[in-house]
Amino acid sequence: MHTSVVPDCKHCRRTSGRESRMQKISVLLFLAWVCFLFYAGIALFTSGFLLTRLELTNQSSCQEPPGPGSLPWGSQGKPGACWMPSRFSRVVLVLIDALRFDFAQPQCSHVPGEPPVSVPFLGKLGSLKRILEVQPHHARLYQSQVDPPTTTMQRLKALTTGSLPTFIDAGSNFASHAIVEDNLIKQLTSAGKRVVFMGDDTWKDLFPGAFSQAFFFSSFNVRDLHTVDNGILEHLYPTMDSGAWDVLIAHFLGVDHCGHKHGPHHPEMAKKLSQMDQVIQGLIERLENDTLLVVAGDHGMTMNGDHGGDSELEVSAALFLYSPTVLFPSVPPEEPEVIPQISLVPTLALLLGLPIPFGNIGEVMAELFSGGSGGGSSRGDGDASHPDSPALAQVSALYINAQQVSRFLHTYSAATQDLHVKELRRLQELFSKASARYQHLLQHPREAEAALSSLTADFQQFLRGARAVCIESWARFSLVRMAGGAALLAAACLLCLLASQLAVAPGFLFRPLLLIPVAWGLTWTLLYAGVSVTTGSKLDPVVLGAVAAAGSLLPFLWKAWLSWGSKRPLAPLLPVPRPVLALLLIRLATFFSDSFVVAEARATPFLLGSLILFLVAQLHWEGQLLPPKLLTTSRLGSSAPTAPPRHSGTHALLLGIGLLLFTRLAGLFHRCPEETPACRSSPWLSPLASMVGGRAKNLWYGACVGALVALLAAVRLWLRRYGNLKSPEPPVLFVRWGLPLMVLGTAAYWALASGAEEVPPRLRALVAGASAVLPRAVMGLAASGLMLLLWRPVTVLVKAGAATSRTRTILTPFSGPPTSQADLDYVVPQIYRHMQEEFQGRLERTRAQGPITVAAYQLGSVYSAAMVTALILLAFPLLLLHVERVSLVFLLLFLQSFLLLHLLAAGTPVATPGPFTVMWQAVSAWVLLATQTFYSTGHQPVFSAIHWHAAFVGFPDGHGSSTWLPALLVGANTFASHLLFAVGCPLLLLWPFLCERQGPKKRQSLPGSESEARVRPEEEQEEPLMEMRLRDAPHHFNAALLQLGLKYLFVLGAQILACALAASILRRHLMVWKVFAPKFIFEAIGFIVSSVGLLLGIALVMRVDGAVSSWFKKLVLAQQR
Amino acid sequence: MEKVAGGINASSWAGLPLSVRLFSSTIGYPLIVTQEDTMKDTDIKRLLYTNLLCIFSVFLSIFIPSFFLDNFSILETHLVWLGTCSAFVTGANLLLYLVVKPNVSSKRSSLSHKVARVVRCWLYFLASCFFLHIIFVLYGAPLMELVLETFLFAVVLSTFTTVPCLCLLGPNLKAWLRVFSRNGVTSVWENSLQITTVSSFIGAWLGAFPIPLDWERPWQVWPISCTLGATFGYVAGLVISPLWIYWNRKQLTYKNN
Repeated sequence: MHTSVVPDCKHCRRTSGRESRMQKISVLLFLAWVCFLFYAGIALFTSGFLLTRLELTNQSSCQEPPGPGSLPWGSQGKPGACWMPSRFSRVVLVLIDALRFDFAQPQCSHVPGEPPVSVPFLGKLGSLKRILEVQPHHARLYQSQVDPPTTTMQRLKALTTGSLPTFIDAGSNFASHAIVEDNLIKQLTSAGKRVVFMGDDTWKDLFPGAFSQAFFFSSFNVRDLHTVDNGILEHLYPTMDSGAWDVLIAHFLGVDHCGHKHGPHHPEMAKKLSQMDQVIQGLIERLENDTLLVVAGDHGMTMNGDHGGDSELEVSAALFLYSPTVLFPSVPPEEPEVIPQISLVPTLALLLGLPIPFGNIGEVMAELFSGGSGGGSSRGDGDASHPDSPALAQVSALYINAQQVSRFLHTYSAATQDLHVKELRRLQELFSKASARYQHLLQHPREAEAALSSLTADFQQFLRGARAVCIESWARFSLVRMAGGAALLAAACLLCLLASQLAVAPGFLFRPLLLIPVAWGLTWTLLYAGVSVTTGSKLDPVVLGAVAAAGSLLPFLWKAWLSWGSKRPLAPLLPVPRPVLALLLIRLATFFSDSFVVAEARATPFLLGSLILFLVAQLHWEGQLLPPKLLTTSRLGSSAPTAPPRHSGTHALLLGIGLLLFTRLAGLFHRCPEETPACRSSPWLSPLASMVGGRAKNLWYGACVGALVALLAAVRLWLRRYGNLKSPEPPVLFVRWGLPLMVLGTAAYWALASGAEEVPPRLRALVAGASAVLPRAVMGLAASGLMLLLWRPVTVLVKAGAATSRTRTILTPFSGPPTSQADLDYVVPQIYRHMQEEFQGRLERTRAQGPITVAAYQLGSVYSAAMVTALILLAFPLLLLHVERVSLVFLLLFLQSFLLLHLLAAGTPVATPGPFTVMWQAVSAWVLLATQTFYSTGHQPVFSAIHWHAAFVGFPDGHGSSTWLPALLVGANTFASHLLFAVGCPLLLLWPFLCERQGPKKRQSLPGSESEARVRPEEEQEEPLMEMRLRDAPHHFNAALLQLGLKYLFVLGAQILACALAASILRRHLMVWKVFAPKFIFEAIGFIVSSVGLLLGIALVMRVDGAVSSWFKKLVLAQQR
Repeated sequence: MEKVAGGINASSWAGLPLSVRLFSSTIGYPLIVTQEDTMKDTDIKRLLYTNLLCIFSVFLSIFIPSFFLDNFSILETHLVWLGTCSAFVTGANLLLYLVVKPNVSSKRSSLSHKVARVVRCWLYFLASCFFLHIIFVLYGAPLMELVLETFLFAVVLSTFTTVPCLCLLGPNLKAWLRVFSRNGVTSVWENSLQITTVSSFIGAWLGAFPIPLDWERPWQVWPISCTLGATFGYVAGLVISPLWIYWNRKQLTYKNN
């Protein structure tokens, strides 16, 4: 019998030595190719969905009026008068970042019944209120309506160009680039005005070299409330007094940073706003008669102090105008007027006597042009004596504005076709009629009043219509590309389904898997490139990728279809069992409802819980559970002889309930979306530094460190249980000594970070240094640990001391040293065959030889030990990027996945010779768990919820000019759960083998299981081979890894497909930019992160496999000596 | 579901406790296999009538209270309706248990045994209420707020699921586990019980889905949609089960002797 076993294996080994490696490589490459298909689909869809606006580089110029027709003030060319005579020669623009409207709103104290409101941000700008009361004709407060996205760079672009920044720009907030469009600053410099800037250094990137004098301060460190503001204050008044300026811009960041760090309800906000109040007061005192003061917020902030989206609080900003001369003919209205923010652009341009920037679509604030003051600098000659001059001046300003917008629309629609033609024609007619009437009016000034007011209304209607057309068209989609992208995604999903079934089919060949698609893809790509070069059109990389993907995908699908056979039904392709399929479909359907996308943080745990209870119920239904102990006197139900090992019912139920409990606990850490005002975010997601109570802070700190230690202890316990902790290999040594060091470093860093405000001044430098060094040290340790793991991934105990002991521990089963070279080749499989041979009685050996069992146990968990070590090494740096209390979530995450794996393993039969399969419910539960963790680590799929503070972990002073490192840190923070779960994905395949050990043990301990022992006596005696079963059948192992990867990619890909379809079908939905588009973007990036993580995880398993092979080889060589 | 045809084999039937065998032989399904078809038809007919009575009790719980209470409506005085619905359905089940099916343990039990049995039934019912409450909280129901609402939902769902189990199978967890496993069903009644219980749970589960939607309807509030879902599920189960059993009567063979 010995000889009969070995030849079998001889055969398989001989073929699989090199073959196996080839298979591994082709599995990895195939998965990478499938990922590429998805990427191509995502890119194609994105290019059609997230359109950028065409940026025109035309400039308005002084000499060239925006249109034909005469103006009341006759010819141009006077000093300081371009399209319109200037009213002010100097402007002070104070931008207070995130100055929400209600921050500036004067608080009415005349309501007697109400108690005084004690919100920190209300009523702190007292100087505005005073001025508005004392000099109502000199000042005005507006609520300016901001266009989303409400990120600072987009707002600055809008505030200077008067245009609408499009959605796609939102991502590049911290990598801003110079503005190419015509803008106010450009106009100012070309008019020879001296522009002095101080504050946020975003302006440096937007307007390089435009300022005559500039004081830039870094905007990136959002934890620093004072550096920028104090820097400005140092230069503001001296500059102002020196008089060497025409336009002075000061961009304060303190309020915004205070919002990010503490939220608007913190006492710090009151201090910051009072400081701003003093600044405004100081400026007002220094203003001269020819100067206009503009105080503006670029956007608002949410209740949490974030911004970026389009909630009511984010899009309302304050705008305050003041001049020592009379500005307004009338007193301010009771309730401040609501105006679009970009109205400021044409208004400022015309007030300063500049041309309006070419691409402006804002509407001029007409009442500022009534010219009510006596002290305005210059007036047109013709209308000075005119009785209607204020009204006429207003209409004229609107006329010029309308001319400019009309010119822009004309130019823009000539350059692209995306403006709505019919609407455009209607607007054009409206404009030409109104301008004809205006010209008529100029020639016949007596017809007056009524005509003037109707003209005002017409121009305003035109301007608003034009703005609406632009807003609508800059959200216009390329339907062809969207459909193509969605089709590509769908085809890739189908491919995943087909290939995952084919992979485990008998006689599956790996090599042709890759050659055909690559060949076809290359052919098509070359063909496309050739055609586009010959026709001279531009080569679009997105289209090129899509052509390559489609070209390689279609032949493969065709071939797979043929090999699948047209006769066979398609039903087996779909995820089984049906309830899991239904659950997946429900999950996909939720992407089409904005309410469900918003409520996904609650819906995902619900679905996960349903899946868990379904798994338990299914185990019971299938009769795979033993009844609870108290009922074991007589067993019921069928006991089929082929049934997999049965588990205790209470055990499974407890696993399920425990999972539900942990899921619920993790759900306590949740951050509310802006759309649900009734919801209250968990206070535990804020950093400890923002806590006020000292004792509570210390308790929480203790809990966080406790979570870290528990995490460490859990992993060590796990490794010890499977014996891997005894191995002297470097990764294990690292787990024993390096991990505690990492815990220590993390704890120390948290202590510094949470108590940084209370540090005595002389220790400041030390603390700052340490808070930079500690995180880097932890990350460095983690990286070196991963390197060690990659270098020596086999964590098996081999007694130090050399060959003799090795022989004793491992090779004694094999009846002495091998006698020939041929024998040597076969000794490797024998090492893990020996257990089977043992119970077959081929070798006479007692079971008392302890070391062998130990070694076998280690070998049995060698893959998962490496995986778990890698995961914990990955988890620590990711944990460091989050706020302290998320460590509890990470602990829960590990516990949850541990329980889930156990529960799944209970339902997975271990097919000994293969083929191995990974069940759909396993993959679905894993994806759901990843999504749930994404939410419970405090994330939301909206831009305002991104944890920017992660960029400062280890870099408390910012990053200088580099952008990829902060982007990496923030990305790692955001997609931590995607990464962890994707890397840990192979555990789904490995765990059932790992749990094999527990089955017999459990049964032995049960009182009433003698009968079972009689039924399967062999299995009782069999030593668990565990993961070595996988190694036994390398072909099946590789196929199972491929199937696992494909199934995981399918579930993720189906999600991204659903998101894409939702975004395209609901592209006119009210919530598309608020909910669906961000969800799609987050899901797409999450997919990319997950797919990379998946490839890494599978590659790690393959690396361990290779290392185990070479380890066996070494063992044999040692034996030979 | 087609796999029910397999039936449980004789040896495991022998493993059943005596009470279950007695119980199942007394509730009126055939002991002689040759008569099985006709007996099954009459059984199905009786099942249909009993189920109609249960449905009727649910409707009664909607209409009766409005005679006694002024502004009674399901949505506004939801808790009252939950209570009455639970009471009516329990009453209907008990009635059926007493009238349609003869008392199981009459032959061998004394009064104390009966009392003990009733007490155990009560305990089981309460335990199932608390268990369901815990499950709801784990599924995301609020822990501190709306405790009464959540608990009454648990009571109603227990009424739809646990009470029929108690009536048909008695306080016997083993039998329950048997009925809810593959091939575990031994009679038309148990089959119907299986279907109604599962459909009640599914209805309650589906009832949770409208909660996040922004339709601003009064019935979207926790736990109203879930209780309504459970009720619909229960009623649907009652309607479907006789039909389904009738439809599949050729395939269904309850091998029980």
